[in-house]
Amino acid sequence: MATKLPKVPVVIVGMGWVGGIIAAELSKAGISVVGIERGKSRDTQDYYHVHDELRYAARYELMQDLSKETVAFRNTMKMRALPMRTYGSFLLGDGLGGAGVHWNGQYYRFLPYDFEIYSKTVERYGKKKIPENMTIRDWGITYEQLEPYFVKYEQMAGISGEKEIPSNIGAMSTPFPTGPMKKSPGMKLFENAAKKLGYHPYVIPSANLSEVYKNPDGVERAPCQYCGYCERFGCEYGAKADPVVTVLPVAKNTGKFELRTHSNVTKIIHDGKKATGVTYVHTPTGEEYTQPADVVILAGYLFTNVKLLLTSKLGEPYDPQTEKGSVGRNYAYQVNGASTSAFYEDREFNLAMGAGALGSSIDDFNGDNFDHSDLNFLHGANIRFTQTGLRPIQYQPVPADTPKWGAEFKKATIHNANRVLSVTGQGASMPNRYHYLDLDPEYKDAFGMPLIRMTFDFEDQDRELVKFIAQKTKAIADEMGATKTEIHDSIKQYNIVPYQSTHNTGGTIMGADPKTSVVNNYLQMWDAENVFICGASNFPHNSGYNPTSTVGALAYRTAEGVQKYLDKGGSLV
Amino acid sequence: MANDKPNQPQDESRRRFLKYSGTAIGGVVLGGVIGGLVGANLKDKDKEETPAAPQTATDNKDYNQALMFFNQDQFLTAEAAAERLFPKDDLGPGAKELGVAFFIDHQMASAFGTNSRDYMQPPYYKAEATQGYQLVFKRRELIALGLDALNGYSNTKYKKPFVEIAPEEQDAVLTAFESNDIELKDVPASNFFAMFLNLTLEGVYADPLYGGNKNMAGWKMRNFPGNQMSYTEYIEKEEFVKLEPMSLHDHLELG
Repeated sequence: MATKLPKVPVVIVGMGWVGGIIAAELSKAGISVVGIERGKSRDTQDYYHVHDELRYAARYELMQDLSKETVAFRNTMKMRALPMRTYGSFLLGDGLGGAGVHWNGQYYRFLPYDFEIYSKTVERYGKKKIPENMTIRDWGITYEQLEPYFVKYEQMAGISGEKEIPSNIGAMSTPFPTGPMKKSPGMKLFENAAKKLGYHPYVIPSANLSEVYKNPDGVERAPCQYCGYCERFGCEYGAKADPVVTVLPVAKNTGKFELRTHSNVTKIIHDGKKATGVTYVHTPTGEEYTQPADVVILAGYLFTNVKLLLTSKLGEPYDPQTEKGSVGRNYAYQVNGASTSAFYEDREFNLAMGAGALGSSIDDFNGDNFDHSDLNFLHGANIRFTQTGLRPIQYQPVPADTPKWGAEFKKATIHNANRVLSVTGQGASMPNRYHYLDLDPEYKDAFGMPLIRMTFDFEDQDRELVKFIAQKTKAIADEMGATKTEIHDSIKQYNIVPYQSTHNTGGTIMGADPKTSVVNNYLQMWDAENVFICGASNFPHNSGYNPTSTVGALAYRTAEGVQKYLDKGGSLV
Repeated sequence: MANDKPNQPQDESRRRFLKYSGTAIGGVVLGGVIGGLVGANLKDKDKEETPAAPQTATDNKDYNQALMFFNQDQFLTAEAAAERLFPKDDLGPGAKELGVAFFIDHQMASAFGTNSRDYMQPPYYKAEATQGYQLVFKRRELIALGLDALNGYSNTKYKKPFVEIAPEEQDAVLTAFESNDIELKDVPASNFFAMFLNLTLEGVYADPLYGGNKNMAGWKMRNFPGNQMSYTEYIEKEEFVKLEPMSLHDHLELG
């Protein structure tokens, strides 16, 4: 029997970026918040020995323990889904700070086009442009409406970027609070090549601080040291913005925030109209608790958010056959695979040095910044050169015809270790009627609950996008003065084995229509007014960008929504 | 907990860190409200080295080089096979000299070898290639049986164990395993090969603390600087900067 705890105003499930931001905003406003985190606590002291590629990058030290919980995967509805037994395509965060700890810090606001993708596509090309089964839709919020919340995140995290940004991305009411990252020789080669071709390169906005910064909450952090251990690692300097060094200490200092780690929420308790709290298991003891609350906020990664709704039977599960229901729909990903490698025989670069968000990029072929009339795909990709710090276990650069092992392999990998610059496309992922999340009928997690089942594949849209973007990466790479370039321009089926991206999106999407979305534009659940769900699970599609910027903005929007709800109650829209 | 004396170092450990890293980041609070804590356990390069213990003949022995999991045959087979995958040449040492077989042995004895953080619940079904590893085998079982199979196959084909056949013959055996060109009753040959190749490269390039990459020689061949605290002063440089690599051992404050 679960122990019933005293009621609190707000309980948050998950203590990553979303949970941390909302906890800080609400507790600063004097509202008592309980934050529940299934993993352990963390601080920067844990990272004294973080520069360890084997432990953190190859053995996934910071990631969710898959022996306890994973997802099941199949490409199509005809296949039997099987559990992701080991890590591959994407990595699931765990512990205080969640995926906000192991990110690279690349910070891109989504484009104005993204938020009104359906209307703007129809307006420019007509309805017929949208292929059958592609379920793009407007987000129920515009870029202009979300703009102030982007600013809040940028000021909190100290985002580093150029004062002038290209006109083909969303306008900023307030410039970035800190200047851009330093420019490496590779970035200069990329930018010069892009300019020569008439494109509009800019230094990637970065959550790895470029300079000392004190944020509006009084949190002061030191600059990035370009140490080359960012993605999959925690930052021992606190230079990379993560929830543990920014919002969580602020929440704690209010005295209104209580953090409970090692606590795994297993259920949202509700009567079909409103939630009354959550049930969780304290994992070290196995004891079960019920935490009643006026407002329940789901702030987990998308799989957690979707799973809790489905296992708690809150909201209507999506059915791809009838297209009824919304929980689990519009699962999308990131379409990578378009790239060109530039090999330099005459020089070497300091490629072990870098930062997660060090690089330059263009958006001339992202969103609807170019004419799609004669193209067989929608949206596009951010094209970039990044220098994130290339580590030797996971980076074995060789020309395509090199053997996979032996003397020639050794020679080629050593020769090329510091001689290859890659121009890559980070492609948008359009939703599809048959790409969705539901509960697996067979496999269970450590608590006996079903695993999330993912049904996802690449479509012609994705293959065409990669083919087109790859040509653009080649054109730029060809202008970068390399000895030779090698293009990669095709993707086949989606395969869960090779690492691609931890930018999984959708499942609890936002929108203006309760029939086709789970939450409104305050991230308030249509079917339960005191439940708020926030994260990349809200994205109806994924843009050609890293998602954290938009997740952060939505978290600030949610915090405002929760305050309004606590004041007045009812639906906020 | 804002720092009201921004030009004063927080504490002794921070002062040491700044010296150590050679960066001019001023006296600001690191890590914001959680305070200055970076570098508290960093080795002080400026401090005089503790006098070394008297040299003896045993000092050259690496007592970490012993077996945690393999039997002697498996170890020798692993060593010979890894050497073919990453051979010694004029660029530098191969897998054998780098201690890769010890690395693999130690990994097989670890949580990684027993798949303790992987989802290993049944049922197991035949999978599409896009669905990844779906074998009941734990890594240590696959690697041990695979090494035994390398020997078995060599014995059948060449009448000698794997370690005694010629390098070209060893390559032919490895290629047969890689391409699944053989029928083995007990072992999925290409799965074994892929995992063994991966382990070999990890053993060449992981921090020396894990038993491979001996004396950081794997890193030195690639001019990989290991784990330095800061590259702020180099990141904009046009020319290639060669740095003596550092390992995690260099960052540990020993009691």
